Amino acid sequence: MPPESSPSRPSPLQAEHEAAGASFVDFAGWSMPVRFDSDLAEHRAVREAAGLFDLSHMAQFTLTGPAAAEAADHALVSRVQDLEAGRAKYSLLLDDDGGVLDDVVVYRLADDEVLVIANAANHDVVVRSVRERVEGLDVIVTDLDDRALIAVQGPQAAQVLAETQGLEVDDLGSLGYYRIAAGSFGATPVLLARTGYTGEDGFEISIPASEAAALWRALRDAGEPLGLVAAGLAARDTLRLEAGMPLYGHELGTSIRPPQAALARVVAASSTAPGAEAARSPLGPDERRLVGLVGEGRRAPRAGYAVFPDESATDPIGEITSGALSPTLGHPIAMAYVDPASAASDTTLYVDLRGSRLPVTVVSLPFYRRKKD
Amino acid sequence: MTDALPDDLGYTAEHEWVRIDGDTATIGITDYAAQQLGDIVYLDLPDEGADVSSGAVVGEIESTKSVGELFSPLDGTVLEKNADAEAAPETVNGDPYGAGWLLKVRFAEQPALLTAAEYAALIGR
Repeated sequence: MPPESSPSRPSPLQAEHEAAGASFVDFAGWSMPVRFDSDLAEHRAVREAAGLFDLSHMAQFTLTGPAAAEAADHALVSRVQDLEAGRAKYSLLLDDDGGVLDDVVVYRLADDEVLVIANAANHDVVVRSVRERVEGLDVIVTDLDDRALIAVQGPQAAQVLAETQGLEVDDLGSLGYYRIAAGSFGATPVLLARTGYTGEDGFEISIPASEAAALWRALRDAGEPLGLVAAGLAARDTLRLEAGMPLYGHELGTSIRPPQAALARVVAASSTAPGAEAARSPLGPDERRLVGLVGEGRRAPRAGYAVFPDESATDPIGEITSGALSPTLGHPIAMAYVDPASAASDTTLYVDLRGSRLPVTVVSLPFYRRKKD
Repeated sequence: MTDALPDDLGYTAEHEWVRIDGDTATIGITDYAAQQLGDIVYLDLPDEGADVSSGAVVGEIESTKSVGELFSPLDGTVLEKNADAEAAPETVNGDPYGAGWLLKVRFAEQPALLTAAEYAALIGR
């Protein structure tokens, strides 16, 4: 986490959020809505109808020029050169030892243009690393600091977009998962991708910050009759946890190699990016690995809590990275890094909950998977 | 975010409210505290007969995002905990000064509490 000595930067949608009565949280140097009214209601709306998220704090930058895809492959461990225009891929930025500097989504906009969306907390690290790694190639790295990002997530997301006044995207209905298309909002060009971080169908729309508030209102007006509500970062976190998606700073960090997080498949076999070779070496016998844990009752394990093999052991065999009472499932869920001997499904482990030990069971991730029709 | 604080209650810097009635204090957490926590999903409260002491942690209040601690604002003995609120913790968010009360405690000595105006100043209202 970066130092938070400077005043928080407001989102371009700050006035909208204030008018809606949001509570704010400082996140990676930004003041962002943590919830509008009830994080549980916002969570449920995303599972049952749709949620509207402001993600303007996230880093957006492009690589443009004849070597755009090659340059992306110098920095990231995926093969962007093999990605058709209009497609997106989850990827990683690694350090030389294979530790995770950030997880990103990379979008191939055109043969000579690539968009990368990275975590807000890692904005500077990612842009600096990519710039260093593409030096000498015929490519320009542009930090899109003046763009907002708005997500519509949930089973009604496509319908919300279809009914949004002024939003035009060709063949929205046939835009596949992990695809991106150009569109417009009024006279403003937008990029619209069928991606997200909630486990539901949904879209992320990149738009110049100056037009973001108008788009936010149009989406809200179209969506409210369909059950859409504005949702904050608290709901986003419980949604992504249910979906088993890693969060940088919790499940991912420089001390974690991708295979520990079950992300070995993200590292392309042919990648020569920094860290790729180290990341490809298989999991060692002593390396902890990421597991899902479920418990009973209502008390949830929280990030940082120690995990033990039994009720009396003094040496922990793991640590919780994220945990919550699952709003959808109704029982506690958590992710943890544990020793390999304790990582098999159905193993019973114990979490120290502020002095008492709660039994939990190892399960495979995700906790929640949407029904696809 | 401009909800008025009830004038007839005392408050603590740990965001509890206290209603004094004879030698009994009813204790809850303020609307501000509930809003800061987010949706409350679990309460762990001391049972009837438990001794509590001023400033000590006597219970836990968990939201989807975090764990909050309940501090006792006074020395005494628990007469009753709000079992309805334990069963339906969202009551604390919905009605923090009413149905969302947490404990009734019999005390020997009345504690020093903040007035509504003093507490409002503390939380910047």
